[in-house]
Amino acid sequence: MTDTSPPRRPVQLRGRAFKSLVLAPESPLPDWFADLDEALKRTPTLFDGRALILDVAALEPAPSDLDGLLAELGSRRIRILGIEGTTLSLPGPGRPPLLVQGRPLSTIEIPVQPEPEAPKAPPEPATTSLTIEGSVRSGQSIVHPTGDVTVMGSVSSGAEILAGGSIHVYGALRGRAIAGAARNPRARICCRKFEPELLGIDRLVRTAEEMGNHLRGKPVQIWLDGGAIKFASLD
Amino acid sequence: MAKILVVTSGKGGVGKTTTTAALGAALAQAGKSVAVVDFDVGLRNLDLVMGAERRVVYDLINVVNGDAKLSQALIRDKRLDKLHLLPASQTRDKDALTDEGVARVMNELREKFDWVICDSPAGIERGATLAMRHADVAVVVTNPEVSSVRDSDRIIGLLDSKTLKAEAGETMEKHLILTRYDPARADRGDMLKIDDVLEILSIPLLAIIPESMEVLRASNVGCPVTLNNPLCAPARAYTDAVRRLNGDAVPMSVPTDKKSFLDKFFTRRAA
Repeated sequence: MTDTSPPRRPVQLRGRAFKSLVLAPESPLPDWFADLDEALKRTPTLFDGRALILDVAALEPAPSDLDGLLAELGSRRIRILGIEGTTLSLPGPGRPPLLVQGRPLSTIEIPVQPEPEAPKAPPEPATTSLTIEGSVRSGQSIVHPTGDVTVMGSVSSGAEILAGGSIHVYGALRGRAIAGAARNPRARICCRKFEPELLGIDRLVRTAEEMGNHLRGKPVQIWLDGGAIKFASLD
Repeated sequence: MAKILVVTSGKGGVGKTTTTAALGAALAQAGKSVAVVDFDVGLRNLDLVMGAERRVVYDLINVVNGDAKLSQALIRDKRLDKLHLLPASQTRDKDALTDEGVARVMNELREKFDWVICDSPAGIERGATLAMRHADVAVVVTNPEVSSVRDSDRIIGLLDSKTLKAEAGETMEKHLILTRYDPARADRGDMLKIDDVLEILSIPLLAIIPESMEVLRASNVGCPVTLNNPLCAPARAYTDAVRRLNGDAVPMSVPTDKKSFLDKFFTRRAA
């Protein structure tokens, strides 16, 4: 039986260059750490998931200093992949490996996370409602194109209400009511006593004669269903 | 200081002038000093109903324009010396009334009398709005029929928006006098019912004046109905109204004239 497996290739090592962020502390160290903390406060995720290289060329630290530096960075949850710019021969246990032949790239701007917006005053709602205590008398005209109109009393014969939204009348509706004047087909008209002269929702208009008498005097709601005005008793 | 009362209605022919004269006379009979003011410039009638048409020299327009003093224009009633009339001009129209002039006259009247009763013209134009402008109390005269009720509703809206009181943010005291009410016709459904009128207008009822020949009879002789025949049904209704205006609690009723059996018989046949 002959050996047919191919000859095993020796372990191959390949070089590859990656982009990484280089952190270069400067003296005095406390100031530099303060700046770093400031940057981290603005962008807490600044170093998350990034390969980080520590360039200590500017510091020329003693081995003990280097361990202190690494500990400080560790306390900020910054993990260092490798160290550059030191001539210290052997990295100690737990110390990242030394890197050489780094080629500089342009400085990377620290991305600034947009500040969480200060809680602004709630924006003015686009629609407002108007409440009328008492009744709307004959000849009076209530025009409120930006929202609902609520009348606590009655709307008399010869009075008119025009609302951008819905119209609610807690007394008798004997005049004209036009709801949804701001092209709002979902507007409704509700009243406690249904005796209107004219009703309209979203440009559709019905006179009293067209509505018939079967709901007269009852509490009624009026709405638009597929382009047709619908009436129903609320009882 | 006088209370200024406006008698108004919107619609014409419902009984504003009759009511003005009757209330004025009844108040004077109750011992108050009263001025009745005709605002119906160009179509004056109050002088006729009060029987003073032959004594008019100066009028409201003359006083408003400063051509005459108020005391020269006021006509004292021959029967009641606490009752005075300020007549309107028949030759001018409502545009002759100026805001400042009317305000001056009203303030002057306010100082001299207990009650100033303004007889408003029909309509909602200048004469009517000026008549109600300075009022403290409004009496809305309505017939129990739909057009009169709707016009009164319109007037109530104006009372609540165009008067000095309303513009100062106060509420105008408003009362309803239902005139020409015929219980028989109301029972037959030929007339709006009192409750229906009150529901639509939603202001307190001051009096119900029954339909009566006595009103026409009093107008024809130029005498307020409360003075001409104080015991007839409309006169009693107006007298009760005045007592209610003065704060007395008088139960509401529709006064009726006692009729003989034969009268009733003939009324039925005629109806």
